[in-house]
Amino acid sequence: MIYFDKVTKEYRDGTPALEDVTLSISPKEFVSIVGHSGAGKTTLLKMLLAEEKPTDGSVFFESVDIHTLPKSALHHYRRKIGTVFQDFRLIPNKTAYENIAFAMEAAGRPDDEIESDVPYILELVNLGDKAHHFPSQLSGGEQQRVAIGRAIINQPDVIVADEPTGNLDPVNTYEIIEIMKKINELGTTVILTTHNKGVVDAMGKRVITMDKGRVIRDDQNGHYIL
Amino acid sequence: MMLTFRRILENGAKNFYRGGAVSFATVLIMTVTLIIIGSLLFLSAILSNTLASIQDKVDVNVYFVTSASENDIMGVKNKLEQLPEVKSVEYTSRDQALAEFRERHSNDQLTLQALDELGTNPLGASLAIKAKNPSQYEGIVQFLSDEPALSVGGSSIIDRINYYQNKTVIDRLTNALRTTEQAGLVIVLLFAIASIVIVLASMRLAIYTARDEIGVMRLMGASNMYIRGPFIVAAMISGLLAAIITLVLFYPVAWYVGSSFSGWLGGFNLFDYYISHFPLVFLIIVGSGILLGAVASFVAVRRYLKI
Repeated sequence: MIYFDKVTKEYRDGTPALEDVTLSISPKEFVSIVGHSGAGKTTLLKMLLAEEKPTDGSVFFESVDIHTLPKSALHHYRRKIGTVFQDFRLIPNKTAYENIAFAMEAAGRPDDEIESDVPYILELVNLGDKAHHFPSQLSGGEQQRVAIGRAIINQPDVIVADEPTGNLDPVNTYEIIEIMKKINELGTTVILTTHNKGVVDAMGKRVITMDKGRVIRDDQNGHYIL
Repeated sequence: MMLTFRRILENGAKNFYRGGAVSFATVLIMTVTLIIIGSLLFLSAILSNTLASIQDKVDVNVYFVTSASENDIMGVKNKLEQLPEVKSVEYTSRDQALAEFRERHSNDQLTLQALDELGTNPLGASLAIKAKNPSQYEGIVQFLSDEPALSVGGSSIIDRINYYQNKTVIDRLTNALRTTEQAGLVIVLLFAIASIVIVLASMRLAIYTARDEIGVMRLMGASNMYIRGPFIVAAMISGLLAAIITLVLFYPVAWYVGSSFSGWLGGFNLFDYYISHFPLVFLIIVGSGILLGAVASFVAVRRYLKI
């Protein structure tokens, strides 16, 4: 489904962020990517989101080289991927409900679908009672759950989560990971980067370990080893 | 498609509303530009109206010496009427001229007194000649100068012909009209550029303020049009609002100019012009406003909103 073919990324000053990365991810997989800061995890995700172009190599999504897509077609591709970030990236002047509805509006979904889907998703992330709270009125964990709701509302094929638990305490971290697992069980591929050893070890899923821009370990039933 | 369009319009209106002071400044500078465009429109209307009314009034007046007999003058009149380029010839006798003079100076006792003391009628008879086309006066004047029948006993019975006096006025007015239009165009252009630059700067600010939202939209897979459209819509709303303000402001101004300067402008009433030409003025002002906003914002999103 996703295939990185000898991807190298050098930043303008010549420092390599990724070197010769080749890996493939199958549909419905749950993959954790671990590594120190600066190991290239985020760069790898940016390549997948077509936010940055590789210096060398190609990234395929369902056998399409995404970096050859014209700019005008890119947004169709991005709708297949839901994204979750460490800093949540919610719009502060919109309520939880509006933040999720906003993603559906941007994707061009009709009003009646928005009205029926958003409450359902809010229930799924256990925020049914806080639909009309603004991000500032929600805890970190709740904000991240809104962000997850927003990421899955358009039924993407893949969820990309860049350190989603980085700003959260253990209880909230546990909750977020449980939701991620639930999403994965419902048939969505999940790609997760994390620093959290506990999370990775408890999962018992595939773990890709990166260091200095290279993939140094890829275990099907992996652990957090650095 | 309609849905996306509607949401772009809604978000554009929201962008405009949230812009607050920045939107207000944009509307203000656009209003100034549109007022200048509108003023030029009015000025051009006033000048061309004045020109037309003067051109209409222009005729060649042939003033005869006081000793010229009515028969001779009638002979000249008949000859003139036979010329193909002459539209009409109107005869004013010496007595009529005097009566008109008294009428004109009815408030001026001093002049009338002087006239009475003179005893005789100092005014000569005259012929007012209208040509079919203003350019034909030159030929008519030429004809009059060359005509031998116009002299009695070796001296001409024509006192003077006022053609050259009028000619300078028409030429000057035509020049003034052209110069005003050219200068006006330069001023309009300068202000259009100034307002585009200001709209550009305010759009840059708006785009910067909304950068998080734009980033999220992009990640959610919003199309370029969906992201950029609202900014263009907001600028077009600014233009529309500026146009409406301009049109409303023009109403009392046109009324004032119309009622106070109508006599001075040769009977041209700016207010009547504004009302009767409202569709045209509306189209030009609203069109310019929206175009100004669209052009400036289009450039702004191209430059500052990286997709």
